[in-house]
Amino acid sequence: MDEISKAVRDYIIREYVQEGDDREVTETTPLISSGLVDSFSMVSLLRFLEKKYAIHIPDADATPEAFDTVERIAALVRRFGKVEVGSA
Amino acid sequence: MSFVDAVRHSYEADIQGIKTTGLFKEERYLHSPQSPDIEVEFPIGSAIRKCINICSNNYLGLSSHPEVIAAAHAGLDARGYGMSSVRFICGTQDIHRELEKRLTEFLGTEDTLLFPSCMDANAGFFEACLNEQDVMIADRLVHASMVDGMRLSKAMQDTYKHSDMGHLEEKLQEHQDKRFRMVITDGVFSMDGDTAKLAEVVALAEKYNAMVFVDDSHATGFIGRTGRGTHEHCGVFGKIDVITTTLGKALGGASGGCVSGRRELVEMCRQRARPYLFSNAVAPVIVAGALKVLDLISTSTERRDKLEWNARYWRGLLKEAGFDLREGDSPIVPVMLYDARLAQDFARDLFNEGVYAVGFFFPVVPKGQARIRTQLSAAHEKHHLDTAIEAFKKVGKKHEILGLGKKELVAKFAA
Repeated sequence: MDEISKAVRDYIIREYVQEGDDREVTETTPLISSGLVDSFSMVSLLRFLEKKYAIHIPDADATPEAFDTVERIAALVRRFGKVEVGSA
Repeated sequence: MSFVDAVRHSYEADIQGIKTTGLFKEERYLHSPQSPDIEVEFPIGSAIRKCINICSNNYLGLSSHPEVIAAAHAGLDARGYGMSSVRFICGTQDIHRELEKRLTEFLGTEDTLLFPSCMDANAGFFEACLNEQDVMIADRLVHASMVDGMRLSKAMQDTYKHSDMGHLEEKLQEHQDKRFRMVITDGVFSMDGDTAKLAEVVALAEKYNAMVFVDDSHATGFIGRTGRGTHEHCGVFGKIDVITTTLGKALGGASGGCVSGRRELVEMCRQRARPYLFSNAVAPVIVAGALKVLDLISTSTERRDKLEWNARYWRGLLKEAGFDLREGDSPIVPVMLYDARLAQDFARDLFNEGVYAVGFFFPVVPKGQARIRTQLSAAHEKHHLDTAIEAFKKVGKKHEILGLGKKELVAKFAA
């Protein structure tokens, strides 16, 4: 898991997983379609990404599909930020 | 564009998609007034059957109370059927303002404004009172009407984990740069029946200079020692900046809602809240009925006391029978089944046994959290609950779930 994926995953666990919920979040765990993150609470994730990576993700690209796994979110960050990342 | 075949087929495909995913909702026709004993036609066209109703919001049993009905009749005679106007043109009668004053007094606030529903109150409030300089920080399990209302506002949206005060504090710290912060929560959460930690919410709001907004629709009239709501229950009566609530549940159950709170916020709603500005005034007959409801519940706690007893008794019966319950002390008692299909089958089997309850599953509740939500009423007598529990036990045995906890239930229906 590269640094972006790890940062995203850590944020998701901190921000969305309720205390006592022992679910595991991996790079491919469904986030939106599983109901862990809903479209209402997704805005804080978007804000986190834009702030941390100094990027802007247009509304048209911030779709539930694009935010459904850590892997896809990290790809989105790379696409808009052109961030250099190390391999997993 | 006319409604050509292609358009029709597109909608048909959408509706089929809803059916395929098991989310299609069907109405059941009641042929009786709302009460613990109802007559139901379901499926549509089938013979009417008598059922015990354990899923209504008729918490205080006032929906068909003879004194409320008599007051509504008198209101109909004295003030007519409809207003044919929004409030600010020619739709405000003396009794509208009287009801607003009575609600203000009952809720312990500064002023109140009636809306056609609490859905409308929540849909209109945030846009009217907050702007892009502000932030709304909502519990993640707030009712959909607040989510919709927040989406209409220009203020920044943020959320905190359900009832997680540490997380709320982090969010309040994060948003100190905003002009106004507003913490938004249900008083009693409608799906889980748990109560917001309002004393802690108020303490944090005071510490971080935030306002507090509470939708108390599932609490007004019966939560708290004298039924004033969650703020009374949590010892913060008079400290909530905005309360929205409904006349459509415990307070007679007809329709109508309100924003009640700080004078200036209520006035902003009167000036700017679009559902208030562009909807008809609440019908006089409902206003007259609601005034009688307030008379009844302001002079006696008998009904909320009985509801409390019923809730405790019902919870005990379910526990003793071996059902897995969501903990809480409100009249909302969710029987946890976790599996969506099981929840639907269970509700159908209960209906066949003469008990009307509804299964809830994703997206109404989070995935893997399917349940039967039972709701008590002060109109339930002990015999209703004793009969209903036998049906629950019979259906529970059929599905072999009695005595199983969350892990066992999830494992059993995972396949």
